[in-house]
Amino acid sequence: MKKELITLQNISKSYDGQLVLDELNLFIRENEFLTLLGPSGCGKTTTLRILGGFETPDCGKVIFDGRDITALPPNKRQLNTVFQKYALFVHMTIAENIAFGLKIKKKSGDYIKDKIKYALKLVNLEGYENRMPDSLSGGQQQRIAIARAIVNEPKVLLLDEPLGALDLKLRQDMQYELIRLKNELGITFIYVTHDQEEALTMSDTIVVMNQGYIQQIGTPEKIYNEPENAFVADFIGDSNIIASTMIRDELVEILGARFACVDKGFGENTPVDVVIRPEDVELVAENAGTINGVVSHIIFKGVHYEMEVMANGFEWLVHSTKMFPVGTKVGIQVDPYNIQIMNKPVSEDEEAATIDE
Amino acid sequence: MNRKKALQAPYLFWSIMFIIIPLCMIFYYGFTDKTGAFTIENITAIATAEHAKALWLSMLLSLVSTLLCLILAYPLAMILSGMNVSQNSFIVVIFILPMWMNFLLRTLAWQSLLEKTGVINNILHFLHLPALNIINTPTAIILGMVYNFLPFMVLPIYNSLVKIDGNVVNAAKDLGANQIQTFMRIILPLSIPGVISGITMVFVPALTTFVISTLLGGSKILLIGNVIEQEFTRAGNWYLGSGLSIVLMIFIIVNMVVSSIFDKDGEGAVL
Amino acid sequence: MINFIKRFYIGIIFIFLYAPIVTLIVLSFNASKTRAKWGGFTFNWYVSLLQDEIILQALWNTLIIAFLSSLIATLIGTAACVAMQGMSKRMRTIFMGITNIPMLNADIVTGISLMLLYISLGVRFGFSTILLSHITFNIPYVILSVMPRMKQLNPHTYEAALDLGASHIHAFFKVVFPDILPGVLTGFLMAFTMSLDDFIITHFTKGAGIDTLSTKIYTEVKKGIKPEMYALSTIIFMTVILLLLVINIFGKKSAQKAPQKNKGGIKL
Repeated sequence: MKKELITLQNISKSYDGQLVLDELNLFIRENEFLTLLGPSGCGKTTTLRILGGFETPDCGKVIFDGRDITALPPNKRQLNTVFQKYALFVHMTIAENIAFGLKIKKKSGDYIKDKIKYALKLVNLEGYENRMPDSLSGGQQQRIAIARAIVNEPKVLLLDEPLGALDLKLRQDMQYELIRLKNELGITFIYVTHDQEEALTMSDTIVVMNQGYIQQIGTPEKIYNEPENAFVADFIGDSNIIASTMIRDELVEILGARFACVDKGFGENTPVDVVIRPEDVELVAENAGTINGVVSHIIFKGVHYEMEVMANGFEWLVHSTKMFPVGTKVGIQVDPYNIQIMNKPVSEDEEAATIDE
Repeated sequence: MNRKKALQAPYLFWSIMFIIIPLCMIFYYGFTDKTGAFTIENITAIATAEHAKALWLSMLLSLVSTLLCLILAYPLAMILSGMNVSQNSFIVVIFILPMWMNFLLRTLAWQSLLEKTGVINNILHFLHLPALNIINTPTAIILGMVYNFLPFMVLPIYNSLVKIDGNVVNAAKDLGANQIQTFMRIILPLSIPGVISGITMVFVPALTTFVISTLLGGSKILLIGNVIEQEFTRAGNWYLGSGLSIVLMIFIIVNMVVSSIFDKDGEGAVL
Repeated sequence: MINFIKRFYIGIIFIFLYAPIVTLIVLSFNASKTRAKWGGFTFNWYVSLLQDEIILQALWNTLIIAFLSSLIATLIGTAACVAMQGMSKRMRTIFMGITNIPMLNADIVTGISLMLLYISLGVRFGFSTILLSHITFNIPYVILSVMPRMKQLNPHTYEAALDLGASHIHAFFKVVFPDILPGVLTGFLMAFTMSLDDFIITHFTKGAGIDTLSTKIYTEVKKGIKPEMYALSTIIFMTVILLLLVINIFGKKSAQKAPQKNKGGIKL
């Protein structure tokens, strides 16, 4: 396991009496691509700004490489930021933009020249030295913002929704670009986004946040396949979240029908939430499954059909490559491994995990 | 198409009739004598000792007051832009509000404040400080100019400062710049359009004023504005007055050109 | 500490800007006729103001000219802005260039040029020449207030209105006008303020028989300002402050109802 580079200890922050972060604890490893994921107002950007030094937490500590940097101003921190909407210096050329940090550090002219060349090559914008930021497209400006940050050889690069202003195709290209950059540079990336697809594609670790609390930390696979609560399940991908009862270990009652599952340790007759991903719902012939239902909607999505199946008073979302026309009576069957059991929220902390709809 | 023509016609007519033609009239009168013959005497008249002295003094006083306005306004605009006022129209109102008290009376009030036995000297006397005897001196005129034109310097600078994206400033700090470096390399260059606009807005009225010099300079100090005003209202020599105005317009045009270079949007950073 | 310095600095500038105004207000209550000394508190000047035909006439002239000139300037300026939307970029640049002339030109030059125009045309100097001049220097303020609003306008809303069957005029007043209205109002208020405060251009274009408050004060400078003038200025100033307060309270209430609508404000 790689070593811990940054630790956030009990970080709280409020604006105008409104709590944005509440006792947040998080560590970030060296050379990790970590994504803070959550809806707007969940505290992800505030966390990033505290890391960058643009906000001071009301209490708590930021430890960087064993040193407390909570009170250190941004210009003294060994990390650089790629800002939302790029924040390029519009009165400077691309070369001057990239050279900004190096000039401040009084590097030699030759060194700066080499670095500009290297950085522009890295972001595939060779020959743009003398252009002005205004004359570049959004995607190009984004690359310059990244180049400007990385020439300073930071140990950590903070990225605040850097792809938010780009269109879909460009966003997807830039995702691969960012992964490549991270691997070439071998540094830590801390990435803020509200886009779950971006997070799943790029991250080593995803931190799902909501209303100032961390909901779950884990690898993309873990977050997707084993969401810890209804919020995470709902926020990451489509899912069927159903209030159910855990009868005993490895047996759960969903909508009146008993399903075998693999989870243990929830006790007997405990109310729980169950998550079943739409691609994990198998449609079989009527009476061949655990429960029966009727297909009520169908849409062709390209890779698969998206169907809604009304069964036992619940509208099941189903993704399948097989087509069942509206009105077809079907049976529903779920592999025990694909049933994810979650505790119902109990404490105030977990209250934030419930979905506001 | 006709609808558009109908809409633009009044303004087009108005600007030709009341802006373009009148300016041409100044040139017509400036380059003719009383008999209607062409002459450049009205222009060269600026070189006479009396006129040259008035122009020189006008330039000196307007430059000094523009500079003073800039020095006073920039930090003020910085502070105001950093205050995060939810309604930024409030700041504008503070500077516009005095305009509802008549401009002449406001300037005259400085007489009361500056007089030998005026309010300021009473306060200075009370504090055992030496008296301030600047009424009817060029210093008083400068004070009047700064007082009247300061808002025209503050507002454009303020507007250009609040337009700067907070993240641009953060980016500079993030890249290692300290407070001073951030100011010198980012904030100051980005606020230059506002500064230029402010300079234009202050310099022209200061250079051409005749009211402030009349009210605060006694009757002894003549600025180029006073000379021109007298040619029109007292001497009745419109030809000479127009000629001198043309000289004055050279400065104004230079000013306009400079400001239009910096004001790329073409909508005046002032408003 | 830094906050203290900031506040102190703002305070000093504030005193600098408002000391003359306070002085004038104090003078309006000064029983002594001379500015130089305090002769006790009195309301006399406010009473005699009401009987001073000359000052009241000047006030009437000032207000009616300010109102008419800003109204006409608002009509012409707003129409010009609408027309400019459909213009080529070059034409628009020329239009805006002309608009900027009275803004950037010296008042004395504008005043003189208009005076020469009226002389050449043989117009009799008086109320109408002042009005025409005020309209001229007011139009740019309207255009510069309305134009930014016009640019923010989504051109498709107008087309959508036409698409839904509205006539051009109906579409303009139902869709475009409400959006540019804050700019139009700001322009009108700016124009009104500028007209009220103008001395120089009025000075050159007024003729003998008529006075506005500004020109009246200027003629009184030499022989001494009548204290009634201070009283009148105080009344005007206080009225404006009161109006602003009312607008502010009213504006805040309506802003709570419609948070998006309050963005116009007075943007100088």
